[in-house]
Amino acid sequence: MDAPILSISGLRAVFRIAGRDIAAVQDVDLAIGSGETVALVGESGSGKSVTSLSIIGLLPKKIGHIAEGSIALRRRDGTVTELTGLDPESLRKVRGNDIGMVFQEPMTSLNPVYTIGEQIAEPIRIHRGKSHRDAAADAVRLLAQVGIPDPDRRARQYPHELSGGMRQRATIAMALSCDPTLLIADEPTTALDVTIQAQILDLLAELQAQRGMGILFVTHNLGVVAEIADRVAVMYAGRIVESGPVSEVFTRPRHPYTAGLMRSVPRLGQASALKAAGTPLPTIAGNVPSLALLPKGCSFAPRCSMAVDACRTAVPPLFAATPTQQSRCLRWEDL
Amino acid sequence: MDAPFLSVRNLTKHFAPTAFSRGPIVRALDDISFDIARGQVVGLVGESGSGKTTIGRSVLRLIEPTSGEIRIDGVDITRLSAGPLARQRRKMQYIFQDPFASLSPRMTIGQILTEGLDIQGIGNRHERRARAQKALAAVELPVDAYDRYAHEFSGGQRQRIGIARALTLEPEFIVADEPVSALDVSIQAQIINLLRDLQLRLGLTMLFISHDLAVVEYICDTVIVLYLGRIMEVAPAAALYARPQHPYTRALLSAIPSLDPLAKQGRQVLKGDIPSPANPPTGCVFRTRCPVALDACAGTVPPLRATSDGHLKACIRDDIA
Repeated sequence: MDAPILSISGLRAVFRIAGRDIAAVQDVDLAIGSGETVALVGESGSGKSVTSLSIIGLLPKKIGHIAEGSIALRRRDGTVTELTGLDPESLRKVRGNDIGMVFQEPMTSLNPVYTIGEQIAEPIRIHRGKSHRDAAADAVRLLAQVGIPDPDRRARQYPHELSGGMRQRATIAMALSCDPTLLIADEPTTALDVTIQAQILDLLAELQAQRGMGILFVTHNLGVVAEIADRVAVMYAGRIVESGPVSEVFTRPRHPYTAGLMRSVPRLGQASALKAAGTPLPTIAGNVPSLALLPKGCSFAPRCSMAVDACRTAVPPLFAATPTQQSRCLRWEDL
Repeated sequence: MDAPFLSVRNLTKHFAPTAFSRGPIVRALDDISFDIARGQVVGLVGESGSGKTTIGRSVLRLIEPTSGEIRIDGVDITRLSAGPLARQRRKMQYIFQDPFASLSPRMTIGQILTEGLDIQGIGNRHERRARAQKALAAVELPVDAYDRYAHEFSGGQRQRIGIARALTLEPEFIVADEPVSALDVSIQAQIINLLRDLQLRLGLTMLFISHDLAVVEYICDTVIVLYLGRIMEVAPAAALYARPQHPYTRALLSAIPSLDPLAKQGRQVLKGDIPSPANPPTGCVFRTRCPVALDACAGTVPPLRATSDGHLKACIRDDIA
């Protein structure tokens, strides 16, 4: 693999809550190559969004900050920039220029009082120094590229005049306006209906094939990961517990949390058989622990049916289960 | 066969513009008819704007239908005045989607659980407390939850509280409106198992609303697929997943991302957006996105009719079954 576009190592992001520093993310190592899609998957509070916000320097300023670690971005000109500790002005140049962002709720990431065309043209003017007229023409071209029919007319419309799927296409056009090397997509299809989600996933894959950008895809949906990602990192309680190529992790998970999560996902046609047999749906017992009250040792141990005493003494390191797959479980060989 | 517990006939709901809003009439529901037998669970599935929540609210008469008949246990609730309706409502409860918005942050769990009993004037203070504690036990929450507040609980636990609140009145019929959509995957299955267990144990009749076909399969006996305020297909759950008959059902099933990285190849992606219910297509409302639509589909609204293997489908094409 070429030098990665994005390389995170030892990331630790903390939030100050009730006078106490609580680590929302710790020991996170992650690399994304060009043309590669890496999915960060986990449940609420797992730290997946905090990781993506750390990259773009958008942690809530008053309470959150990066305490340790490095986030290195290879830029379009080939130079590598360390993003942690970058001053706000330089960071602003990186955001929207080298890194494009797409968020969950297209209505909140679009400004209701500007037309779609103006919003896509703005970063082109700011980051690329193009004239109003050229940037406006680029905006229409980008709308066509993201599959919006009649882009001339749509560019002159306001966000409320577009459907949810169209709006998400427009925010993708905005994210791509400066031809980023890295696209961060944080739950980009979660607010959409499944038939529209399928369209957006196809669109992202197609745009990536054309442009060769790296994608960090943050989601809670394992099915979406299987559809779009090359590699996956599974997060639990602020740490990556398993990572590797999707084809390996999904065929042979090496962490009991990943395995439990995969069993919990309802599979079409299977539930009828379970119901007929009077068997309950498979679940993971218990609840996700509060980050303020993490157990000693492995955070998953209290919910894990395989846990042994050693799991409760120290946080397990990442073991190389295969040359490409890593697991933070002492008993990965037993899975 | 016994008369169905819930019987909906020709239910139509149009939202007309008010003094404060302009625009056309929104046809949220058009001519919806279905039954639920006592002790059965029927799933309502569809995308945004399909009318699932409008049906759920209408059958408890939380909103007034424009026309149609809704019989619960033989009584047409669309014609009841306030007093008799309140008495009838004792039998029916609603479980909401968002376990954060649906529980008051200022009330203890005990107050939340006994409020319905207070309103219905059931029991004295001790009896109400006993009923609430029984409901807590039924949803597998500790008894000491009674004196605590909603913010002390996780999303999954809050949804258990929402279910307990529905149970305190010992209802016969529950509308569960996206009860697991706001929950994490590992918690979703816990709540579905709980609902299934309670439904069997208490013999509840249930209308289970979800946008996710994968979620309803386990709990539902029958599934109704909605699109833009109309029923597209009705079938027993197992048969619907094994042999979907309507092109929309097929597309919906095919759009659900599968854990199998190889499954993507057979996927069929619907083009375009869901049309606006203010301006639905003529004839079959699905025809504008249907991969097998014919010219004739624009002409008349396809009636819901039985297919050879026991499904009901609203599609004029028999050749693609």
